[in-house]
Amino acid sequence: MPNIIELKNVNKWFDKFQVLKEINLEVKPKEKIVVCGPSGSGKSTLIRCINRLEEHQEGSIVVDGKEISENTKNIENIRAEVGMVFQQFNLFPHLSILDNCSLAPIWVKKLPKKKAEELAMENLKRVQIEDQAAKFPGQLSGGQQQRAAIARALCMEPKIMLFDEPTSALDPEMIKEVLDVMVDLAKGGMTMIVVTHEMGFAKEVADNMIFMDEGRIVERAKTNDFFKNPKSNRTKLFLSQIL
Amino acid sequence: MNLITLKPNKENLNIYLALGTSLLCISFIDIFTNTFLDFNITGFLPSIVSYLSPLILGTFGLHFIRIEYSGNKTLDKINKNLNSSSTNAVLSLVVIFILIKYVPSLLNWLFFDANFLGSTKEDCNGEGACWVFVRVWFNRFMYGMYPDSEQWRINLSFLILLSSIGAIFILPQAFKKYIVLFLLFIFPIIALNLISGGIFGLKLIKTGSWGGLSLTFIVSAFALIFCFPIGVFLALGRRSDLPAIKYSSIGFIELWRGVPLITVLFMSAVMFPMFLPDGTYMDKLMRVIIAITLFEAAYMAEVVRGGLQALPRGQYDAAKSLGMGYWRMHFLVIMPQALKLVIPGIANTFLALVKDTPLIFVVGLLELAGMIGLAKTNPKWLGMATEGYVFAAIVFWIICFSMSRYSQKLEKKLSTDR
Repeated sequence: MPNIIELKNVNKWFDKFQVLKEINLEVKPKEKIVVCGPSGSGKSTLIRCINRLEEHQEGSIVVDGKEISENTKNIENIRAEVGMVFQQFNLFPHLSILDNCSLAPIWVKKLPKKKAEELAMENLKRVQIEDQAAKFPGQLSGGQQQRAAIARALCMEPKIMLFDEPTSALDPEMIKEVLDVMVDLAKGGMTMIVVTHEMGFAKEVADNMIFMDEGRIVERAKTNDFFKNPKSNRTKLFLSQIL
Repeated sequence: MNLITLKPNKENLNIYLALGTSLLCISFIDIFTNTFLDFNITGFLPSIVSYLSPLILGTFGLHFIRIEYSGNKTLDKINKNLNSSSTNAVLSLVVIFILIKYVPSLLNWLFFDANFLGSTKEDCNGEGACWVFVRVWFNRFMYGMYPDSEQWRINLSFLILLSSIGAIFILPQAFKKYIVLFLLFIFPIIALNLISGGIFGLKLIKTGSWGGLSLTFIVSAFALIFCFPIGVFLALGRRSDLPAIKYSSIGFIELWRGVPLITVLFMSAVMFPMFLPDGTYMDKLMRVIIAITLFEAAYMAEVVRGGLQALPRGQYDAAKSLGMGYWRMHFLVIMPQALKLVIPGIANTFLALVKDTPLIFVVGLLELAGMIGLAKTNPKWLGMATEGYVFAAIVFWIICFSMSRYSQKLEKKLSTDR
């Protein structure tokens, strides 16, 4: 099967500080990858490069056969195929939950309003907050907001979902409801790249684990191997601290 | 025994209440006799003490009745709202005394001693305001030099405007959109043609004879409608990544913000025609409206930019990650939030715009304040400046206050964080 995401020798700098160093990564369709590592290791930047929220300066990134370049039309097409969920939810506070979900399908995918709203309700049902559809983001709990954000991304019917620390801003009791939705999504066959510190989730759904430190991919391994016998000392140290 | 440490408590409240109220009564009687009867009951005291006596007596009076909780509703209310500390007691008394001293004389000037009837200056007795002046000139204040027989055209335009605005509030949501579009795009054309004439057999009326309050409305309305979108685009331009757009926006904004409106108006009327090719002509009123529009657009741009800067980066990320391009991101996600944040600032700019319109007198156009300025120099009506400008102030205040109220209502309506 061809790779759905391919990064080759990607380098990125913030001014003079190099955040990504010689990143190589291939992702197969339906593969689930969990990225972990200490803060400042470049994991968020890595997945933000995949839908061009950050620009990379060297190397190539190919998503679903399209290379990410200066071509804005191309980037918009890629973004429409790649859903993203953020640490801070980033719902649109001026729109109801339903409108949050149907906005992009109407204006980007040009679906008729009625169709888009049906799609939105379907996805809200999937994350089990269909009863909150008429409310505004500010009226929802953190966990509900994050699930709405997942539903919003799903409404674009993406081939790939990127998760940037989706549970880091949540109270402990709300983490589970969001992880449940993500597990469900993984079982449905979505291609997922997840930046998270939730190792229980990683063990349950990830096919492959990536450990990053100082802008490099230090270790990439099958999930079982990664937790049972990590190869590098840096990974061992990190795992001993968080497990 | 120290007077200050005397405090009422539950048991001796009645004594203190009697003492405090009688002190307060004396202080108020003093103020009243001073103000209305021209008699100073504390005249036997040295003048400075006599002058301050109501305040001193009142402060002690309030001090004696200040108690945490008495059970008496009126007393508790007074203590809580006017008398919670010595400083507050003094401030309350000063405010009340000022109201007692000046409000009646103001009301007398405005209404009770004022003259309303008549047709010449001689009908006024000079004790209060001479509203005869405003009455006689009212037509000019409203319509300027617009011919009397054609004034129905202005009235009709405003009637259409008011009824469409009324319709926005009454009609269901589905029609509102069309009425707003009508007001923004079709109504200005209708109104302009109706008022200026020259077509459909209507007599042509040159802009030079437009004036009064109707001109205030015309100038403000056009400037308001156009300065807003221009300001929004300038704000976006200033934040653009493209240097050409960015620096021309900055240049434009800083140029217009850096010069006084009066010089802009003067240049628009006097210097601008020199740059036009021979034979081309642009109406003076049109030039003035364009000048005010661009001037206020520069301010609007900075207000909108303030709102843009207040939005977290996550909103841009989220919009982009859903595949929205620059324009869709800005008009669906960013602008609605940014504009909502800066409604007070936008209202501020709009109010300033309306109140800046009198400056068009420098190019010889006379709106409400300008017409008043003209009328007060009429030999038959000399000395009426106060009445005229008080009238102008009241009219402007009504316009601006309604705009301000509307903006507050809008703010509440659009608020989604309950």
